[in-house]
Amino acid sequence: MKSDIILAGVGGQGILTIATIIGHAAVERGLYLKQAEVHGMSQRGGDVQSHLRISDKVIHSDLIPEGKADLIISIEPMEALRYTSFLAPDGWLIANRKPFVNIPNYPDHEQVWATIEAMPRSVLIDADKLAREVATARSMNIVILGAASGHVGMSTEELEHSITAIFQRKGDAVVQQNIAALRAGRAYADAKDLAAHGV
Amino acid sequence: MKRMLLLGDEAIAQGAIDAGLSGVYAYPGTPSTEITEYIQRSKAARERGVHSDWSANEKTAMEAALGMSYAGKRAMACMKHVGLNVAADGFINAGITGANGGLIVVAADDPSMHSSQNEQDSRFYGKFALIPMIEPADQQEAYHAMSYGFDLSEKFGTPVLVRITTRLAHSRSGVELREPRDANALTLPQDKRQFVLLPSIARRNYQSLLGKQAGFEEDSEQSPFNSYTEGPDRTLGIIACGIAHNYLMENFQDGCPHPVLKIGQYPAPRNMIRTILKSCDKVLILEDGAPFLEEQIRGLLDESYAILGRLDGTVPRAGELNPNIVATALGRTVETGKPKAEIVKPRPPELCPGCPHIDSYNALNEVLRELEPGRVFSDIGCYTLGALEPFNAINTCVDMGASITMAKGAADAGLFPAVAVIGDSTFTHSGMTGLLDAIIENSPITVMIVDNETTGMTGGQTSSARGKLEDICIGLGVPKDHVRVVEPLKKNHDDNMRVIKEELYYEGVSVIIERRECIQTLKISKMLEKEAAK
Repeated sequence: MKSDIILAGVGGQGILTIATIIGHAAVERGLYLKQAEVHGMSQRGGDVQSHLRISDKVIHSDLIPEGKADLIISIEPMEALRYTSFLAPDGWLIANRKPFVNIPNYPDHEQVWATIEAMPRSVLIDADKLAREVATARSMNIVILGAASGHVGMSTEELEHSITAIFQRKGDAVVQQNIAALRAGRAYADAKDLAAHGV
Repeated sequence: MKRMLLLGDEAIAQGAIDAGLSGVYAYPGTPSTEITEYIQRSKAARERGVHSDWSANEKTAMEAALGMSYAGKRAMACMKHVGLNVAADGFINAGITGANGGLIVVAADDPSMHSSQNEQDSRFYGKFALIPMIEPADQQEAYHAMSYGFDLSEKFGTPVLVRITTRLAHSRSGVELREPRDANALTLPQDKRQFVLLPSIARRNYQSLLGKQAGFEEDSEQSPFNSYTEGPDRTLGIIACGIAHNYLMENFQDGCPHPVLKIGQYPAPRNMIRTILKSCDKVLILEDGAPFLEEQIRGLLDESYAILGRLDGTVPRAGELNPNIVATALGRTVETGKPKAEIVKPRPPELCPGCPHIDSYNALNEVLRELEPGRVFSDIGCYTLGALEPFNAINTCVDMGASITMAKGAADAGLFPAVAVIGDSTFTHSGMTGLLDAIIENSPITVMIVDNETTGMTGGQTSSARGKLEDICIGLGVPKDHVRVVEPLKKNHDDNMRVIKEELYYEGVSVIIERRECIQTLKISKMLEKEAAK
């Protein structure tokens, strides 16, 4: 088993929480893990990414080689496209639909969405809207994790167990909100997958 | 055995605590900051009374760690690579004094300049100081490097440099912990004059340090951080230093067919290098950072045609390594995914919305618009982002403290107005002495201290200047009337502009303290307040 995941977004959006949840589940299962993060200057509103590698065999490099990532999970649509050279031919790309516009030359939104949808295996999800519907706006990143959960190599139960362990300090309500967000994201991706297969 | 998921920085911290550390001295700097932060948060470190407050700069940190070693305890100084320049005086001389209790200096290098002004390789400093170095390849080795390094330091009575790079510092992996060891008891050097570097003693100590070199090399030949692995295909041999070994093995999931010499301790093991050079047709050298070992092996005349690396272009001369660069160097084809779409635009870092520096720069920019050709000499911190759109507010960023001294030099040359912008933490790090220079000569400069009451760029560490800035400036000799304090807020824009204008026209040293707390630390303290009220 191996899962090489690129997590992408803008500094402060919460990609490390996604990494923590998947990582917790992997460690619980006794797998090897390496996770490279970005700290320092780029964190302030710049593009950030994390390489998360999980395997049942020893992992050598902290960085995923180009063309080898199984999955890109992005909290921001343009940021998802920044790392496509890392994606394997059969890899998946899951991205939030809502752009984070803090640069004057942010590209045309329709064009960004169309570029993502033209990828053979991609899911674009309005995670902010879904999060507000089932939990709170803050759970947006967990909705995206939910939408990607079919491809991370961990079961939904394992991820929910991790969410419980990680958020329990903040109280039961927060745990339940995040689990609801995870399930809503998963349901959206599953429905979309069925639709794609003409069901 | 206990297992933890740790960043490379955290593995170093935990390794030091478990190896009987008594004190860490550091100034925050990416990618080294998390080492000290981890020790500050560690319950075990607190229970053992490990000293872990921030130092004013890397030089004071280095010297304090040397003092703790003098008293027989295990001490560590941590810094980023450019911090080692600041600490260099004490660092090089510590090689001559020698260590008493185990002394480790950790330098975290930043190849590719993810968050730095240059990509210098600290291994040159270790060689310069003639001391042993350890370069761990992964988080587990980073953990072991500490107990091993302290033992090595005490065995030879010398400081040890541990060198890591950004990628290891900020990557997380599982680490197995060992049984912790107790701290050393207080013991003083037997020779009361060992640390007195008067020329006669320094010369004797230097001979003694030179005399230890053979021992350092012998230790290196036996080191668990250096290993030779045979391989059937001797058309190529590979020397891989530190983390470069991981990128190499990533390319050979079923084992490398070539002989591989993995190096993690210096001075490099000469016999092992001789063996791989003799047994292979050519040798590829992989090291993250500069061609440090490659230059040593090639020598001055570069007649060793069979050596491939950064110097002949097999590996790019600049930037950090990764699996793809190593694959290309090995002559393998690299399969990448879809190239980045053209519509993707760069997204540089920026000042946070609501940041006090925004208001400081808006006021300064508006005043300076009427005062061409005024220039703004700035420094290193969050406020350096004022160099970018939409502010374009600063014209220099060189090293910590250079804003004030460069403004002085430009004012000496006749430039008006010469403005220095410096943060509160950078001011105590390296700005105070430069300010004294300006005061002694009454140079016509205006220093704007953007005081957000923290070390913002590295995540909000305590700033040594907190609550002391006015006293420091007046104490150094800035006239009381020309130490002005303003609050950078939109509503104060006109008033603040007036203060800036007045001080620019003052023909001497004036200081404007722009004081408003960093919105990130404010957010955290408000959240903690709320939680405490629950």
